[in-house]
Amino acid sequence: MLRATLKSLLARKLRLLLSGLAVVLGVMFVSGAFVLTDTLGRSFDAVFADAYAEVDVNVAAKPKVELSETEGEQVAAPVPASLVERVKAVPGAADVQGVVAADGARLIGANGKVVTSFGPPQLGENWLGESDLVKLREGREPRADDEIVVNAALAKAANVKVGDRVGVLTLAPKKEFTLVGVFGYSGGRDSVGGANEVAFTTGVAQQLMLGKPDVFSNISARAADGTTPEALRDEVSRAVGGGYDVKTGEQLADDASAGLKEGLSFFNKILLGFAAVALLVGTFLILNTFSIIVAQRTRELALMRAIGASGRQVIGSVVLEAVAVGLIASVLGLAAGIGVGALLAYLFGKLAGGLSLAGLGVPPAAVIGAFAVGLVITVVAALLPALRAARIPPIAAMQDVATPDRPLTKVTVGGAVVTTIGAVLLFLGLSGNAGGNTLATILGGVLFAFIGVALLTPVISRPVVALLGAIFSWSVPGKLGRLNSGRNPRRTAITAAALMVGIALVTGVTVILDSAKGSISALAEDTIKAELVISGSASGPRPPSFDPAVLDKTAAIPGVQLVDGEYGDMATVGGERTWVAASSNVAALERIFGAKATAGDISRLAPDQMLLSSDTAKARNLSVGSTVPVQLSRGEARTYTVSGIYESSQLTNPVVLPPQAAADFAIPQPIQGFVQLAPGTSVGAVQPQVERLLADSPEVSVADRAAFIKQQTSQLDTPLRMIQILLALAIVIAVLGIINTLALSVLERTRELGLLRAIGLRRAQTMRMITVEAVVISIFGALLGVVVGTGLGAAVVRALKDEGITDLVLPWGQMVTFLVLAAIIGVVAAVLPAIRAARINVLGAIAHD
Amino acid sequence: MTATVGRQAQAAARANDVWKVYGSGEAQVIALRGVSAEFERGRFTAIMGPSGSGKSTLMHCLAGLDSVTRGTVMIGDTTVTGLNDSGLTKLRRDKVGFIFQQFNLLPTLTAQENILLPLSIAGRKADPAWYDTVIDTVGLRERLGHRPAQLSGGQQQRVACARALVARPEVIFADEPTGNLDSRSGAEVLNFLRNSVREHGQTIVMVTHDPTAAAYADRVVFLADGQIVSELIEPTADTVLDTMKKLDAPVEVGN
Ligand SMILES: Nc1ncnc2c1ncn2[C@@H]1O[C@H](COP(=O)(O)OP(=O)(O)O)[C@@H](O)[C@H]1O
Ligand SMILES: [Mg+2]
Repeated sequence: MLRATLKSLLARKLRLLLSGLAVVLGVMFVSGAFVLTDTLGRSFDAVFADAYAEVDVNVAAKPKVELSETEGEQVAAPVPASLVERVKAVPGAADVQGVVAADGARLIGANGKVVTSFGPPQLGENWLGESDLVKLREGREPRADDEIVVNAALAKAANVKVGDRVGVLTLAPKKEFTLVGVFGYSGGRDSVGGANEVAFTTGVAQQLMLGKPDVFSNISARAADGTTPEALRDEVSRAVGGGYDVKTGEQLADDASAGLKEGLSFFNKILLGFAAVALLVGTFLILNTFSIIVAQRTRELALMRAIGASGRQVIGSVVLEAVAVGLIASVLGLAAGIGVGALLAYLFGKLAGGLSLAGLGVPPAAVIGAFAVGLVITVVAALLPALRAARIPPIAAMQDVATPDRPLTKVTVGGAVVTTIGAVLLFLGLSGNAGGNTLATILGGVLFAFIGVALLTPVISRPVVALLGAIFSWSVPGKLGRLNSGRNPRRTAITAAALMVGIALVTGVTVILDSAKGSISALAEDTIKAELVISGSASGPRPPSFDPAVLDKTAAIPGVQLVDGEYGDMATVGGERTWVAASSNVAALERIFGAKATAGDISRLAPDQMLLSSDTAKARNLSVGSTVPVQLSRGEARTYTVSGIYESSQLTNPVVLPPQAAADFAIPQPIQGFVQLAPGTSVGAVQPQVERLLADSPEVSVADRAAFIKQQTSQLDTPLRMIQILLALAIVIAVLGIINTLALSVLERTRELGLLRAIGLRRAQTMRMITVEAVVISIFGALLGVVVGTGLGAAVVRALKDEGITDLVLPWGQMVTFLVLAAIIGVVAAVLPAIRAARINVLGAIAHD
Repeated sequence: MTATVGRQAQAAARANDVWKVYGSGEAQVIALRGVSAEFERGRFTAIMGPSGSGKSTLMHCLAGLDSVTRGTVMIGDTTVTGLNDSGLTKLRRDKVGFIFQQFNLLPTLTAQENILLPLSIAGRKADPAWYDTVIDTVGLRERLGHRPAQLSGGQQQRVACARALVARPEVIFADEPTGNLDSRSGAEVLNFLRNSVREHGQTIVMVTHDPTAAAYADRVVFLADGQIVSELIEPTADTVLDTMKKLDAPVEVGN
């Protein structure tokens, strides 16, 4: 039996290869994700180990507001300069230095634009002199207050050289400095981990990066000979007292790395999610291949039964084939995954400004994941066909195998049940009735919905395929192709369902994001009463900001009626982390953003008062007169009294603080400005004047309202593109499925094709026939996908009604694109099978057994 | 020996010193050794011979389904030898009809669609009067909407015959058309073929190894070991059987 199985496996190399390819791609995604995150994780470890190589003990104040990696950049609280002396006095402490190092030093490059960074920080520091690690490559250290040095990576990115006057944005607006030196790191590196660094003299660094004199970000010390870092840490800890975090360099590196890894694991989960989609599609494909193979082998398997093989042996032979395919696919997928992981890590390193990668790592998770996923998926997918194979009666060996048209009742009922389960899960998840498992419930719902619809597809396929095919029936090959595509509803259905999954997901995501965009822009258009908006598009975690002086100068422009600068900060409000805003002009809330007071007065705000949105007030059980402690990114906690509550909308912030509070924000500069003009004032006249005022704030620009709304909503385009690209993989796998199904069908119908050629069907007509079959299947799949995706998307949009997604926007253009794309996919998928069909030797085909 | 033309009618198909060699070296098989034959218009010719004598090979070569190693083949005034694939396809489409032993029909099409398939492939319309005649002769009017799976073997072969006839090809080639049928269904099909020759002047070349089937033909050509060895005009089952026995004898001695 084993021999017979292996022989039949070898005889079917090509078809198994195609279905195996689907598993290979899925496995590639899984192992690639693990390899990528492992490699990047170890690279980060190395970077931070390096960055803290010269630190044995570090003293820092506890941050005022603790943020996780995904919530934003955490601002370290400064330590007083006097603490340096106390640390110096600790026995065993050497090289004690007050260090200023904070994110947010943005250098303006030679092109007048701020040098941006995706991820790695833009550090503003005090120059601590050369060391084993840091070496000046050119020029000298900064001596005067208007002198800086930068690291080589930044000098290159900014295209500046020693002697240039360069502008730097910090907590303060743009200031000009003379670049007096460029430094690098040991080993010829331009940066550590891609960070851009600007080093000032200590006093300037304190003022510009920390906002006050005589404070440091942290204090670093080396352990004198004979003292271990741990011992020194404990000593220093005793000396500085509570309220400070005293850590060894090693701990610091671990902490920093752990923070980034948190982000990485999030990334990993996303990649695994896409792997799951790819594998779901792959499962359909394998199921189909094995079904077809079993159907084609009916006689052979029946003969085996007739000569005494048991049903279990037949199952065993099919499953064994699956195991072999799964194993080979896993190995190939793992190899491909390592390659893809390495490539992505390389690209990531480049994008992150030259992160030097640690050696490529293949973590056990990648290997285990690859084999578990590859084997399990293949075997599970082959199980159904195997069971069916076992039910083949021995008599089938003697009969002519007209593939019996099995009734679809069972599948249909099953499909209806599974679809219903999916719908119920979706409903529970989306309506927030799933307890703590909302995400899992929704995902389960989507999965069940897909499987259910896939099971229903054979029934749906009959009328739909007939209808679709009618379009092609004007020519004989078209008609034959259409008939062929309706020939085996199950096969057509599964092939189409594989395509459905990818297209449904893309459509669903597009529906949701387009609806969100549509709702926000509709709301913004209806409510925002500002003709001009000052803003910039964020190029990293830090939002762009501008000089607050621009606000007053803009207000002085004739024809300007109202100017509002918006500040924002992640703060702790009443013990909960909350996004708080400050308005330079509180009146704007009503007059520009159309907010309506539900309690108190929202048109003015005293320095110790705050406004809340109605949602926030309700959730926190607060009302006008309540007092709330607020800890901002800097400074001490303060208590504010609620003086007004406004109705929540998509455009309002949860909390509004008086303008004075902005000084303690992580970014004490406005991040958006809204300009309302007096009736009759020309926008075109004011805009250039504001533009001139922004000359020293190159991160932002002024746009009219429509452009601003477009720019805001277009921020959703990037995630949309990313998702579309990743889901394209699922579609590629589905294309493999179509090729596979067609190739198998062509093989199965060799004799028919021979007959058709014998009675005069031309090669081109033969190819056209196969192409029509493919196009009908793929358009059917796309149609299903568009319908299911729209349904899913609409369900989510409905569920998000309370979150402000009020308009359901259907991406008609995209849907048509998908259908056209599907037609193209069909044509492409048909190429190889069609050529194969056209090449069939007529005589050989007629004699074909 | 060369089969001679009985009457001075123009030949519908002609083979001139046709050789067919399969494989090479040790595995070489010479299936046809210089066959020359003419198949007159409006006659029903049977090609007889023991299994392996090259009957099918000859038919395939005549019909342009297979290439010849040497010699020439003509259908009507078209030289088949040397045509490329599209030329051969066109020839088959326009001048030749086929009836195979089995698997003659497309399972997805109804009987009627199968019958009209060669015409629709060629983009031609059936002559309605002729179509009606064919359908009535084959006696399938009630079954036209059925699919092959719903028809008996004999009915399927009759559909195949109708398909071959409806396009009025220069010549119809049939390879053991009754090989898979019981004797009654076989007789029906053979009667039908003979009638289409007698009444409508169709040319048919039929390969068979069954003397009873061959007796339906106007003329029988005997093939042995890749060569034409004998010929009978107006055969009966008995004369065919006798000739076959004579042909078999030397072979048995040879063994
Ligand atoms: N494709 C082929 N390759 C090799 N030999 C062949 C092939 N087709 C037929 N033959 C050989 O040619 C001879 C004639 O075959 P065939 O014409 O099929 O005989 P018949 O139809 O009279 O039984 C036989 O010996 C057969 O084995
Ligand atoms: Mg034969």
